[in-house]
Amino acid sequence: MGKILEVNNLHTSFFTHLGEVQAVRGSDFSMEEGDILGIVGESGSGKSVTALSVIGLIDEPGKIKEGDIIFDGKDLTELSYKELSDLRGNDISMIFQDPMTSLNPVFTIKNQMMEVIRRHTDMSKAEAKQHAIKMLEIVGIPEAEARISSYPHEFSGGMRQRVMIATALSCNPKLLIADEPSTALDVTIQAQILDLMLSLQKEIKTSIILITHDLGVIAEVCTSIIVMYGGMIMEKGTVDEIFYEASHPYTIGLHKSVPSMSRKSNERLVPIAGSPPDLLKPPAGCPFSPRCDHAMQICLELPAPMFDINKTHCSACWLLHEDAPKVEGIEKGEAKNG
Amino acid sequence: MADNNLSQSTQNASVDKDVLLQVKNLAKYFSVNSSLRKSHRKYLKAVDDISFQIKKGETFGLVGESGCGKSTTGRTILRLYEPTAGQIMYNGVDLSPLSDRQMLPYRKKMQMIFQDPYASLNGRMTVNDIIGEGIETHDLYKGAEKTERIYDLVNHVGLKKEHVNRYPHEFSGGQRQRIGIARALAVEPELVICDEPISALDVSVQAQVVNMLEDLQNEMGLTYLFIAHDLSMVKHISDRIGVMYVGKLMEVCNSELLYENPLHPYTQALLSAIPIPDPIVTRNNQRIILEGDVQSPINPLPGCRFATRCMYKQDICTQVTPELRELESDHFVACHLVEEINK
Repeated sequence: MGKILEVNNLHTSFFTHLGEVQAVRGSDFSMEEGDILGIVGESGSGKSVTALSVIGLIDEPGKIKEGDIIFDGKDLTELSYKELSDLRGNDISMIFQDPMTSLNPVFTIKNQMMEVIRRHTDMSKAEAKQHAIKMLEIVGIPEAEARISSYPHEFSGGMRQRVMIATALSCNPKLLIADEPSTALDVTIQAQILDLMLSLQKEIKTSIILITHDLGVIAEVCTSIIVMYGGMIMEKGTVDEIFYEASHPYTIGLHKSVPSMSRKSNERLVPIAGSPPDLLKPPAGCPFSPRCDHAMQICLELPAPMFDINKTHCSACWLLHEDAPKVEGIEKGEAKNG
Repeated sequence: MADNNLSQSTQNASVDKDVLLQVKNLAKYFSVNSSLRKSHRKYLKAVDDISFQIKKGETFGLVGESGCGKSTTGRTILRLYEPTAGQIMYNGVDLSPLSDRQMLPYRKKMQMIFQDPYASLNGRMTVNDIIGEGIETHDLYKGAEKTERIYDLVNHVGLKKEHVNRYPHEFSGGQRQRIGIARALAVEPELVICDEPISALDVSVQAQVVNMLEDLQNEMGLTYLFIAHDLSMVKHISDRIGVMYVGKLMEVCNSELLYENPLHPYTQALLSAIPIPDPIVTRNNQRIILEGDVQSPINPLPGCRFATRCMYKQDICTQVTPELRELESDHFVACHLVEEINK
């Protein structure tokens, strides 16, 4: 299994009338074929912008300033609009957060699904319709043949999200980007959708990037995780490493601040003080340093490089430097490019 | 098995002095169309015949999925909506027939914290005006005393004195929610209805606000009605929990017991659907995946509201609406088949 996606030193900014909002500031990651990569972070951490950059949906006033995105051997940042259009919906497709607004209300489901299929394959109209019906059946829409002529408003939220998934998967994409696919849904419906995504992933072996702020969803679905904060990657690792051996103070703080179902309910939560940084004027050093209990002088001045803890696990925190004071719960690693 | 139903047990409890708020058979219907013929009228039954009580100093959590009527319940208790039927007993006084003028002293005792900290603060008022408005309306403090009181409140919710002359847009989401909380506390309420107070906040900020709500409760002896869809947070903050589904209460129980031993099939499915932030637990967890969609609250089918998705459904479920029954002490369940299911 090779690398399906490699993102190197990605910088994406939005040039607003208030100034440059540096949404993503140098993210580096790669994913293997068949992986389910979770990107977790709070609002404004740059997780969605990272995904939109990959699929080339950054619009004015936004711009990819720097970096390359290697998908399947091609650098996506250098492709023309036409070449990108051939790729989108075909090799890479995306599911958006809000199933209420991401389907066009004035076209039928059939129309919207066939548009994608006809654009990327040479199926005839009849074949494309049959294929669309088959996809709807796979995602569990009852009476797909009759329902395909419905308009989006005739479907419930969960069913609309199923239609989105069916459309996204209709051309057998190599990479599926799901941006908070279950956030707008109720928990019981969310369980259905996540279950569906997992079983489809096993069947058609797509790689998935799942973006969410919900640590529970991540724990359930993903194989590896990226933790983002203030436009930067704070920690990368496998699910178990991020959940049980987290080595970045932000990741650790995040775990402590959510109530656990197994913990006694009268136990106090440990919040992270302060609030997320303003990306118009991002802090010079580590974005988390103003809220970090262990912040040192260097943290305020210079963003930390990625320190390798092992082959799959690395963390951007100065505490992992060999000269840093020892802090309980954080293991030392080796500097990769410090 | 105790077969006394809820209405009996609530009557006994009405003698109880510890009960601050008692809701009896509360209903709120919204009319969807206004046909002249009565038989053609459609109603959205947002809250349909629910009863529960909240003791002094406790936190009662109300959970359910979107559209189940939990927010409507909160608003109807405050008479922000006129109840269609039922009683709202506050300290033994029924609020539902009171006029606006008679209601005024109770408005001081009951306050609300809203979900959206961006929409619930007037952008043209300073923090000072926002917090001071209630103090003026109820004529609590004047002049220097009032200023002192506002400083005190601002301090309590973790903001600074110099913040009082700023406008809401100068604050972050978490800070705005703190202003909303200070506003609710300004009139020294007894009951605070928290309508999803943390769901619009970032994960790392949610814990700050929850801890603060707990501290304020201990300090001022507040009683909370905590409305939320985030079940793990509700478990954390609540003493007792009511689970709602399409306008009906399905199960009422103390929070530890509810999560250890849910009896209603909907509660069981709901609890098993919560994504747990712990990969090992998740891998060993057997999920109950519900089939189908939530039924519409507009002219709902007779019988149990959950019958369309329930895997134990029998004929009786689509014919008779189940009543809340007390199965064990302080554990109420509305299900015909609950004994069979949990054998």
